[in-house]
Amino acid sequence: MTQPGPAVPLAQGSEPPGSSTPTRRGTELAMLAFAAGLVTGALMLVEVNQEQQLTMRLVYYGLAYLVLFAGAHVAVRKWAPYADPLILPCVALLNGIGLVMIYRIDLALAERYEDRWADAAPKQVLWTAIALAMFVMVLKFLPDHRTLSRYAYMFGLAGLILLALPGMLPASLSEVNGAKIWLRLGIFSIQPGEFAKILLMVFFAAFLVSKRDLFTVAGRRVLGIDLPRARDMGPILFAWGICVAIMVFEKDLGTALLFFGVVLALLYVATERFIWVGVGLVLFAGGSFVAYQLFSHVQGRVESWLDPFGNYTEGGFQLAQALFGFGTGGMFGTGLGSGRPEMLLFQANSDFITAAIGEELGFIGLTALLLVYMLLAMRGLRSAVAVRDSFGKLLGGGLSFTLTMQIFLVIGGVTTLIPLTGITAPFLSAGGSSLLANYVLVALLLRISDAARRPQAAAKPKPVAQAPIAEAHTVMVERPS
Amino acid sequence: MQLTRAGFLALLWLFVLAALRVVRSDLYAAAGLRVSVPGFRKSAEKKSRGKAPRQLVVTHGALAGTRISLDGRPIMIGRADDSTLVLDDDFASTRHARISLRGTDWYVEDLGSTNGTFLDRAKVTAPLRVPLGVPIRIGKTVIELRS
Repeated sequence: MTQPGPAVPLAQGSEPPGSSTPTRRGTELAMLAFAAGLVTGALMLVEVNQEQQLTMRLVYYGLAYLVLFAGAHVAVRKWAPYADPLILPCVALLNGIGLVMIYRIDLALAERYEDRWADAAPKQVLWTAIALAMFVMVLKFLPDHRTLSRYAYMFGLAGLILLALPGMLPASLSEVNGAKIWLRLGIFSIQPGEFAKILLMVFFAAFLVSKRDLFTVAGRRVLGIDLPRARDMGPILFAWGICVAIMVFEKDLGTALLFFGVVLALLYVATERFIWVGVGLVLFAGGSFVAYQLFSHVQGRVESWLDPFGNYTEGGFQLAQALFGFGTGGMFGTGLGSGRPEMLLFQANSDFITAAIGEELGFIGLTALLLVYMLLAMRGLRSAVAVRDSFGKLLGGGLSFTLTMQIFLVIGGVTTLIPLTGITAPFLSAGGSSLLANYVLVALLLRISDAARRPQAAAKPKPVAQAPIAEAHTVMVERPS
Repeated sequence: MQLTRAGFLALLWLFVLAALRVVRSDLYAAAGLRVSVPGFRKSAEKKSRGKAPRQLVVTHGALAGTRISLDGRPIMIGRADDSTLVLDDDFASTRHARISLRGTDWYVEDLGSTNGTFLDRAKVTAPLRVPLGVPIRIGKTVIELRS
């Protein structure tokens, strides 16, 4: 009994014998085809209701859509075969409906403004193509999401620079419609904040994974609540300061709110201590109060939120029109192509696209789209729960939470549940940067879900690899005579 | 016109329902989390009572999910490279514990480890018989015998 027995080859028992994990790519393809059918149907309805000829344009948009998502599907099949089967179809449906609505709003606005309106739909199709190319690149060149955590501090720095850049630049280069969040690069402009969002999330996830023990240290106990130590408040105060700076220098409530919300969510997920959310909410309340007292643009937003009809001429106009739209749409909507989205002016296809959809598809249609968003976020969160490394868990949770928070801010703003913050609905709204950033986000989610669902075969080669070494050792000990 | 409007909404909801069906069918599929049906597992455990253990399963820790089939030879556990189960754990000793067959029963014995070996809650000081399904704790790793 003194000699240890030879190492027994370990059976990887993570899979029940006889059944292999299905990749479910077939389901994905079927759902994608369903989404494509829905989008083509929507486009046809718009054409018929707008009494357009069924022209070649319809074929052009439909084919572009099919080719793009078939390409994305092939890329997923190749580079992330075990990824979640629902994420891509949900995104495809949202993006497709968004494209149809943007095209439909183009028709309406072209009628109202004649030559002064430049069509947004061809541009959006182009951006979709670029975004999907980016999506494929992320899947191809990032075989393991854990690689990202190695460059966390670099990503954090790059994110901060991108976030600060529009605020630092002169207004001529960065200001569009009162918000200094753009980089105007000649022919096209981008919103660097959208990319900063993802970069900073990668940084924060990696940071929390390595330092999370610090945040669980309890400080003084007041009224039965364990307050965190004062010095551990540094990171959250830092994030809060950045958000306030965005609000002051870039006049962008949406990004500030989104960023702070994501930081809070990650902190809560990492530490499981509700006190951090409490601290964050207190900071948020303080920040909002001060911002309301100091800045006129915040006051304007709040006033048109409280009474959009009373402030109809001073900024409440679009909100009031959005509410009229929801009212006109009612339960079943006016039907695609039969509403009047031109009343929402030039933001009908960006911040207010959900109002246009609410008018034409009604409560029932908008609810279905919200459910698609919910499914998307749910699959993301599930992947985050199932993935085995803490960095992946935090990143996946954070990415899913961003989607949810964004849609909450958009819909809440348009329906006057909360003040309007001017943020784009992911995948629906017109806007290249938002689309590009959100496709990168989805590619990361697919990467994480692929890691979560991939069977663990050969995941731990260590004990198996030792058997031959041990045997070789015994052979060497034998003395040749 | 009304028909197409209602038809489109119905199709939109059909998409949502189809997606939910996919979610449902996915619920019991392997996805990192092993969802075990409660009734099934109970009957499996009942069936195993009175049987001889056939394998050793790591239930918690870095090596969770690992199985070693028992063939009568003793199983060495520790950080040493020649152990049967090599633990990469700061709380485990180089030669931490041994699980060996005596007669028809398996016994666990501590090999003078720094942080001790625990059978269920009790610290292992002398060789103890290991019943089926009772957890043995070594550092952050938990193992148990199964048939």
